[in-house]
Amino acid sequence: MLPLLNWYDFDPIREFYEWVGDNTADEVVYVLAGIVGAVGIISFAGLGALANVWLERRIIGRMQVRRGPNRVGPFGLLQPVADAIKLIQKEVLQPRASDRALFNLPPILVFIPAMLTFSVFAWAPDLVYADLNVGVLFILAVSSVTSLAIFVAGWSSNNKYALLGAMRIIAMAISYEIPLVLALLAPVIFAGTMSLAGIVDFQREVDVWLAFLLPMSLFIYAIAATAELNRTPADIGEAESEIVAGFHTEYSGMKFGLFYAVELINSLAVSGIVASLFFGGYSLYGAEEYIPPWLIFVGKIYFFYFGLIWLRGTWPRLRIDQLMAFAWKMLIPMALINIIVAATEVLLWRELEWDNWVLAVFAVVNVVLMVVMFGFFFRLITRNFYRLPRRVRLVHDISVPSLPAPDPAASS
Amino acid sequence: MIDLEHVLVVAALLFSVGLFVALSKRNAVGILMGIELMLNAVNLNLIGFARFVESPRPIDGQVFSIFVITVAAAEAAVALALAVAVYRLRQSIDVDRLNILKW
Amino acid sequence: MEDTAVVVAFYVLVVVTLGSALMVATVRDLIHAVLFLILSFVGVAGLYITLSADFVAVVQVLIYVGAISVLMLFAIMLTPRTGRDNASVPFAAPIGVLAGLVGAVIIFVAFKTEWAKADGGNSFETTAAEIGRALLDPFVIPFEVASVLLVVAMLGAILLVRPGSGGDAG
Repeated sequence: MLPLLNWYDFDPIREFYEWVGDNTADEVVYVLAGIVGAVGIISFAGLGALANVWLERRIIGRMQVRRGPNRVGPFGLLQPVADAIKLIQKEVLQPRASDRALFNLPPILVFIPAMLTFSVFAWAPDLVYADLNVGVLFILAVSSVTSLAIFVAGWSSNNKYALLGAMRIIAMAISYEIPLVLALLAPVIFAGTMSLAGIVDFQREVDVWLAFLLPMSLFIYAIAATAELNRTPADIGEAESEIVAGFHTEYSGMKFGLFYAVELINSLAVSGIVASLFFGGYSLYGAEEYIPPWLIFVGKIYFFYFGLIWLRGTWPRLRIDQLMAFAWKMLIPMALINIIVAATEVLLWRELEWDNWVLAVFAVVNVVLMVVMFGFFFRLITRNFYRLPRRVRLVHDISVPSLPAPDPAASS
Repeated sequence: MIDLEHVLVVAALLFSVGLFVALSKRNAVGILMGIELMLNAVNLNLIGFARFVESPRPIDGQVFSIFVITVAAAEAAVALALAVAVYRLRQSIDVDRLNILKW
Repeated sequence: MEDTAVVVAFYVLVVVTLGSALMVATVRDLIHAVLFLILSFVGVAGLYITLSADFVAVVQVLIYVGAISVLMLFAIMLTPRTGRDNASVPFAAPIGVLAGLVGAVIIFVAFKTEWAKADGGNSFETTAAEIGRALLDPFVIPFEVASVLLVVAMLGAILLVRPGSGGDAG
């Protein structure tokens, strides 16, 4: 059918569509609605990127007991504009030994997954750009294209440090993809559908948000998504003190600006996924009759984006081996146990037809399990971290081989 | 109008290009690229059959193609590990030069 | 299928897929060849969508583009002193003829056979749910064997490239 016709808060647009549909064919309305929706999503993402630049610097400044940028406009509000102008007027360099054809590809390639993720969100009860049946898996699939783009960026720079930074990021990205997929499986099991609009409908139906039923999924997803986004505490790729500037060392001007903007847009997309899957999307326990649902959804997105900024402002950066150990030894077992627990709960709830109060029991059980597993795996993997490697021990027991007893005959 | 024969023709062409790449590249990774193209062509055939052919349970074609994707992933992992291991020994993955077993 | 948009998308994707497959065969640089291979994977995923296999299309992108391509790029990166020039063996022209012959035979058989086509094609409501049911009811043994196969492949790959005792005669 034509899923884009029912933009119910946007009555002038709906009347315009009906007018076009009456005068021309239905396919024209479909294409037109597709274009209008795409323009809407791209403008939301672009304006979001601009706003996020200001939000991040200002809020992180406040967390570090200093004011953020406050010179460029009132409260520094024109700072993103100044940043954009600065990046546009910079000279766009291309190293001579770099791969000519491949150098310009990554800034474009890394933009595509960010945009595609926004297209499956449910902004209001009938306001989905593409209500895919496999929405959650689609988001995961397109986010794995990001690591490819980063590799091409690192490779085509013809720069050892860029390649090294790109390799580290890809190793981290593919390690954290597994807990990401496994953690998002539990809400899908509960809701019975992979489409984001369906999961939001499920949360409206049972009148409880999945964050209370599946806190472990939320925890694992939040950590894995932070690592996928290359944000602190997992931003070894762009750790300026460590590896020059990682994979975007050789990119200058607006190409670098595009990488930076895509990181911000991806943060918005991840916040959108958390808001849709775990916190009810556009619903607010009935308040969506009075407040426009898309406004509630955007509010939730920015609420969780504030959480991401908070993480960035307070936590130090983790080492790459710490990150890898965390992903493989802690998040994956936790995610697997989470799936087993979620499947058991759905079995008890749906097949045996117990009442809805059993969901409260599930919530308590899940929180207890999360704390227990976190403690258990934490002890398991940090047992060897505080022991120094068995290499050079300068102070303690260096067993110096004892010198042979001096030969009485050879002494002078 | 898309019909079953169109899908089969596309898959056959993809298969023949994959066969050419697999048989004529010197690099081991190049040969693996050809093998992946051939497996994709086979998958396309299976999906085409699942879509167009009368069957008591038409989803079988898609299930089969998921298994083919799984086996292709496992085989690519082992093949690339083999290539890296051979590189460590002979400093080359040019299959024309890996001819110790030649009599 | 009468939907004109689907037919147009099908033919555009056919051109993209076959074109990038041909570029894999002919381009000069190995990394460019891998990138064209990735483009052909994405094209094949698009073809799956036009054939109503949305779950398999997303799985294809997730596994082929997200994992196998990264594996291939890592393998190229870990073999630095080999020629990265995507060269062909000397007698490539007869191989091309052979491949063309194989393709021609397959096309001939495809047109000659009388397929038992369903009327109007098969339609699936939600492929993911049906695939899930099929994997757990009739195909449960291949499902379990596939997971064992993946574990064995993972172990084999790790053992082969372990520094020290992997790979050499020891």
